[in-house]
Amino acid sequence: MANTEAHAEVHTEAHAEAHPEGQQHPLGIYIKIWALLFVLSACSYLVDYVGLQGYLRWFLILLFMLMKAGLIVAVFMHMMWERLALLYAIAVPPILVMVFVFLMTHEADNTFSLRGLFFGAGP
Amino acid sequence: MTQAEATNTGAALAPPEGLGGVVADWSSDQRAFKKVPWGKAMMWIFLLSDTFIFSIFLLSYMTVRMSTTVPWPYPSDIFALSFGGEPIPLILIAIMTFILITSSGTMVLAVNYGYRSDRVRTMIYLLITALFGATFVGMQAFEWTKLIVDEGVRPWSNPFGAPQFGSVFFMITGFHGFHVSVGVLFLFIIARKVWRGEFDTGKRGFFTSRKGNYETVEIMGLYWHFVDLVWVFIFALFYLW
Repeated sequence: MANTEAHAEVHTEAHAEAHPEGQQHPLGIYIKIWALLFVLSACSYLVDYVGLQGYLRWFLILLFMLMKAGLIVAVFMHMMWERLALLYAIAVPPILVMVFVFLMTHEADNTFSLRGLFFGAGP
Repeated sequence: MTQAEATNTGAALAPPEGLGGVVADWSSDQRAFKKVPWGKAMMWIFLLSDTFIFSIFLLSYMTVRMSTTVPWPYPSDIFALSFGGEPIPLILIAIMTFILITSSGTMVLAVNYGYRSDRVRTMIYLLITALFGATFVGMQAFEWTKLIVDEGVRPWSNPFGAPQFGSVFFMITGFHGFHVSVGVLFLFIIARKVWRGEFDTGKRGFFTSRKGNYETVEIMGLYWHFVDLVWVFIFALFYLW
């Protein structure tokens, strides 16, 4: 009986070693993404340093922001190697925040025009 | 014994991939997040809830900024710093951004060396990450001091423009700084565990009474990268916008 147990233990250990659950990837990809994040950060800082304004500024800020966020989640947080069940469970709910953003832009516009009307400070 | 071997066929079946895999995982009447330790799944779910908290902060910031009739202060000038010459716009925040990204890189190295069971390198990179994090918090303290003491920014008023600027600034950067501080604390705790070899010997933790392993370093890494991720959004939407 004791012999069987010992055998089973050895078996599970060997099994665990053969299929590690952790994420193991070559260092190269991390270094490349790290460098890319530096470049993207520098780019987004340059947007301010150069002094771009208006839609171009907003577009570039959002572009660099989303690229950086995507790289961090996909590579540094290993999401691109996880199963889709986890990816969808985590990545889909934040997209719904966009509905909230839509609602609040209209709410804020309304407040702004009301303030203009009653305070006489608006356009 | 023979019977046990005959029934143990679970490992041989590879779960399906793609969209069919999502359906299969969720409808399997087993754990939904396969090939992921429970701690990692729970950390992801915590990070999702944290995402909502920061989303709400940024949303309220958007709302007050859009609805104020007073001009919004220009962060580029407020966070400028001069090193003896012309003030460089937003330079302090840029340096903080680079520090946080550097710390994310060292964290990734720590996770990687952890899975290679390279105890010493894992500990060293965890400590470097913690030091970068502490530097970040230190610079934030400097920034807050400068704004509160020198410029007279308060949550209800400031000399630059819309009074909401102060409350939004203190709330968002304060909550993020708190996250970084907690992260530094946890980094030191995990680094101590690695140093004592507790993930190699399977010593039970003082808090959970469970045996830790190097997956703990990766879970710690998830939190740390999330802190960096949130800063990416704060940097873009609050400082650059």
